[in-house]
Amino acid sequence: MDLNIQSLGHYYGDLEILRDINLDVPAGQIVAVIGPSGCGKSTLLRMIGGLEQPTSGVVLQVGETPKDSLNPLTYIFQDFALLPWRSVAGNISLVLEDHKHEPAEVDEIIENVLSRTKLSDFRDAFPHQLSGGMKQRVAIARALAVRPAVLLMDEPLSALDSQTHDLLMDDLIDLWLREKFTSVYVTHNLSEAVHLGHKVVVMSRRPGMITEVVDIDLALDKRKDHPELLIEYQQHLWNIMREEVRAAELELIDG
Amino acid sequence: MDKMPGASRPVRFRGGGFAPRPLGLVGAIVFITIIALWELGSRTGVISALVLPAPSEAYVAFEELVRSGMLWKHLSASLQRLIIGWSSGALLGVIVGVAIGLFSFARAGLVPLVSAIFPVPKIALLPLFIIWFGIGEGAKVATILFGTFFPTVIATYGGIDNLDRSLVRMGQSFGLSWFSIVRKIILPGALPAILSGFRISAAVAIILLVAAEMIGAEFGVGAYILMAGSLMATDQLIAGVAMLSCMGLTVAWLIGRAEKHLLRWRR
Repeated sequence: MDLNIQSLGHYYGDLEILRDINLDVPAGQIVAVIGPSGCGKSTLLRMIGGLEQPTSGVVLQVGETPKDSLNPLTYIFQDFALLPWRSVAGNISLVLEDHKHEPAEVDEIIENVLSRTKLSDFRDAFPHQLSGGMKQRVAIARALAVRPAVLLMDEPLSALDSQTHDLLMDDLIDLWLREKFTSVYVTHNLSEAVHLGHKVVVMSRRPGMITEVVDIDLALDKRKDHPELLIEYQQHLWNIMREEVRAAELELIDG
Repeated sequence: MDKMPGASRPVRFRGGGFAPRPLGLVGAIVFITIIALWELGSRTGVISALVLPAPSEAYVAFEELVRSGMLWKHLSASLQRLIIGWSSGALLGVIVGVAIGLFSFARAGLVPLVSAIFPVPKIALLPLFIIWFGIGEGAKVATILFGTFFPTVIATYGGIDNLDRSLVRMGQSFGLSWFSIVRKIILPGALPAILSGFRISAAVAIILLVAAEMIGAEFGVGAYILMAGSLMATDQLIAGVAMLSCMGLTVAWLIGRAEKHLLRWRR
């Protein structure tokens, strides 16, 4: 299933947030979206997943949704959004309970996603007992449990310390190599964008428009071996963004 | 750092505190000390028996109550009113509180009404309750019900208002049904606030019990206290008041246990 975003625009009252966004998200690719803070990239992601309605334009799902997918458009949130009163297994079963599954089947799915995210030993732990990185892995396991067609990731690594951040980024790369999932990956971190994105969409400050789409022509598993190329891409992206970020900063200070 | 000028000294500790921890025995010691001092004051004549009877005299009155077999009659009558009145008031309160927490229309319509009726002393409405619900159990239970309803409503919608909306968005993003979101995300999230509302409403219920039993009640701890009061039998009065205090302690303990069990997910 592909996603096709057509001339999307959005206003909060009189404030224009997004202007004329046109974007293709082909199946099996990660599309990274970067931009200065307040450029509307998270708003765009909420619209792609149907959590918010754009003022104009549409987001189209192109092609068949996979039949076994329980929730084709599935989010991974920056703040994890785990229920503190449910254990790891409980948080995953939450998203399966509204679908008609046998208890044994639910158990099997939970076992499966926990082992894929290396969390099998933490089945009965509560979120407050886990570190940030572990919490985000629980959230990833929860997302995998509903067999998504597209993963919508909203700065999934931004709340983590830098070591955990790097480990989890490697985990996401491994996950993509195994499962070739489709994803829209919103971030403000250029290194994440060049490590994970098949293409990187650069947005301008408010009203958010697409300034440039940079294709990164290097297989995800080869990127570790070519740090110099990634730095070049990163530098290129920064050159596009620098003035925008500076202007956005000033805007925030001006209120 | 002997090369630095001036004397060296350790950094003064200025952290710590602001973290009360449970000290089981202290509460009991406070009770025992106060009662012992009171008894001592009565025995030495510092506290005149006319002003305040000694705890031992109140205990004698209590023993008499036990011996005459009246204790259970009073207690069961009161407990029945408390349980029926409080549980129906709390249940209705949670339902209305959830409605206010979830629906704009209920919020706009009911919040002003709650603010208008909550501060009215329910005792002032007793004559009306008697006309509406009869002089029997109805009016007594209704008094307690009305008294516990409002604090529960306020606690419940306050709890829902404080709930992290990102959890609700998460539920929506996974396609959970409306009913699932309410039952599995909103209600458990509001539970800490609902339980502390129960603490308040249970105390209110005990306060109103005495008021409710002013309405021609034959039995009940409140009726016993009122009777003792009108006869100036202060030893019985103290015994009755002590029973109310024990009810309060028991309820607080029960809610504490419920919190420990239901909110064990909190660190």
